[in-house]
Amino acid sequence: MKTLGKWLFLGLVVMSMPARAALDIVITEGVDAARPIAVIPFVWQGQGPMPQQISDVVMSDLARSGTFKPLDELSLPQTNISKVSQFVAKDWSNVGAEAVVMGSVKPYGDDQYLVKFELVDLVKAQMQSNAGPQSSNEYLLDSRETVVSLAQFRQYGHRISDIVYEKLTGTRGAFLTRIAYVVVKHGEKSPYHLMISDYDGHNEKMLLRSPEPLMSPSWSPDGSKLAYVSFENKKAEVFIQNIYTQSRAKITSYDGINGAPVFSPDGKKLALTLSKDGQPEIYVVDIETKALKRVTNHYAIDTEASWFKDGKSLIFTSERGGRPQIYKVTLSSGKVERLTFEGEWNLGGSVSPDGRSMIFVNRTNGKFNIARMDLETRFMQVLTSTRLDESPSVAPNGTMVIYGTTYQGKQVLAAVSTDGRFKARLPAGQGEVKSPSWSPFL
Amino acid sequence: MDLNKLFKAMLVAIPMMAISACSSTSDSETDATSSNSSTNSGSELATGGVETGGVAPVLTPAEQQRIKYQELRKEHIIYFDFDRSSVSAQFAEVLQAHGEYLIEHPNVRVMIEGHADERGTPEYNIALGERRAKAVAKFLQGMGVLPSQMSIVSYGEEKPLDMTRTDDGFAVNRRAVLVY
Repeated sequence: MKTLGKWLFLGLVVMSMPARAALDIVITEGVDAARPIAVIPFVWQGQGPMPQQISDVVMSDLARSGTFKPLDELSLPQTNISKVSQFVAKDWSNVGAEAVVMGSVKPYGDDQYLVKFELVDLVKAQMQSNAGPQSSNEYLLDSRETVVSLAQFRQYGHRISDIVYEKLTGTRGAFLTRIAYVVVKHGEKSPYHLMISDYDGHNEKMLLRSPEPLMSPSWSPDGSKLAYVSFENKKAEVFIQNIYTQSRAKITSYDGINGAPVFSPDGKKLALTLSKDGQPEIYVVDIETKALKRVTNHYAIDTEASWFKDGKSLIFTSERGGRPQIYKVTLSSGKVERLTFEGEWNLGGSVSPDGRSMIFVNRTNGKFNIARMDLETRFMQVLTSTRLDESPSVAPNGTMVIYGTTYQGKQVLAAVSTDGRFKARLPAGQGEVKSPSWSPFL
Repeated sequence: MDLNKLFKAMLVAIPMMAISACSSTSDSETDATSSNSSTNSGSELATGGVETGGVAPVLTPAEQQRIKYQELRKEHIIYFDFDRSSVSAQFAEVLQAHGEYLIEHPNVRVMIEGHADERGTPEYNIALGERRAKAVAKFLQGMGVLPSQMSIVSYGEEKPLDMTRTDDGFAVNRRAVLVY
């Protein structure tokens, strides 16, 4: 009995170790508020076992969105169906979910698979089933098919999740996106790693490893390049690296700080912080010509620029009021306006994709947490309750924020929905994980 | 047998040496002279059974100052208060020692690293670290150290000395480091 217990324990330990994902998401809050949805395991129409279950990707995407709660497979009245024509509405009359996702995977030549899926409006189906038999196509919300290779299974799973999410919420899904982040493995000869992975931590790849710090990765608007800061030459310098070709270009290497680079919405310029003229100031540099335009001019610290989507103004952190607060500057006029007044500090802001709010780090009673402020009403809401929160980055659909925090004495990444209701942690496999940056739509 | 004794003696002596090497606080001046005199009186010659004695050399005030600064210069780190970048009085003497040395040796260059604790954002902490490094540079320049002898780099919160993320850990990480 004792040995059995030991083996069970060992089994659990082994199972709980992250198998493929370097960052394994743990949902810490907000599952109750989510909307139930049924995802039927996709039907395999080939010989032998299915190489990989695409619907698993869809299920975890929907659960991680915080908006949906996929039902347990065992509670579904019908499985092993892949088309709405096989769907028996009256069997589903007691299922409390708003939609059903089903599909199939069929071999289609050498390393090619035909993947089909259908999205059924369950509420409509239940109502019509009460009214008598109807054509099942009446409640078909979407139906698509495509041919993919095995390596594209996860990617297509995210694509399905994007479609389901958009059909049911009206907001574009951000599942087919990536994150960039820095991993520090203290004690190694080259401890600083610049990494990218899918938004869910899968397909982690190293872009750069250095004996000196790497900071502030930030995506180009087309998702093909990253701007970041590297201390490889014992000083701060801003680089742009193409994530496909690995080519790197040094953009600025002035005396003092070269920091916090962010691409302009048209991808042609970087807003960044330089201290070459004394104090840290915001500049805009033309990537092609390297021509500089100074944006701020104040003896206090100015840093952490973020663009409005129209490219005409920036928000930035400034200490000009005595403590770090967030300001807005109009590029054409240089006019500066203070945006934050609540709390001791507000810093590290970024404008949400719809331009209506901003996400930033707020310090209240000495605690650093992620907050959101409506730019119109100036209403501020603290979203997180984790420790030493920093580096918030908003998903391209504006629903979720990824940020750096501290958990059990280690730097880890965490996510919170922009309404603050859903919270998740992405525990690190090895080392300290920080400075996350969410890619644009891919 | 004799080797064994020697080995035992070394076991005691080595940590002692290490301890005396570590003491670099302001009262180490007296420590240094007293340990010198004790080693002088302690030498026992193997043959003839005679023992020698001696006293510490008499130092001029200038020499005393030189030795004191030599000791102070072993300290390369200046610590700062939270969100502050002013050099506190307790570290002024350490900087004075480094300043004197740099003035006497105009060919020597020093790199001043600025660091911050892990609170706030990495980008803001880079700015804060630079301000600390600059405060040290300004202090030294005020003494007469040439700007060309000094260079500055801020690592912000990227190179913490203490990773416990406690108040004590934060205090250790808020620092400027002089690297020759």
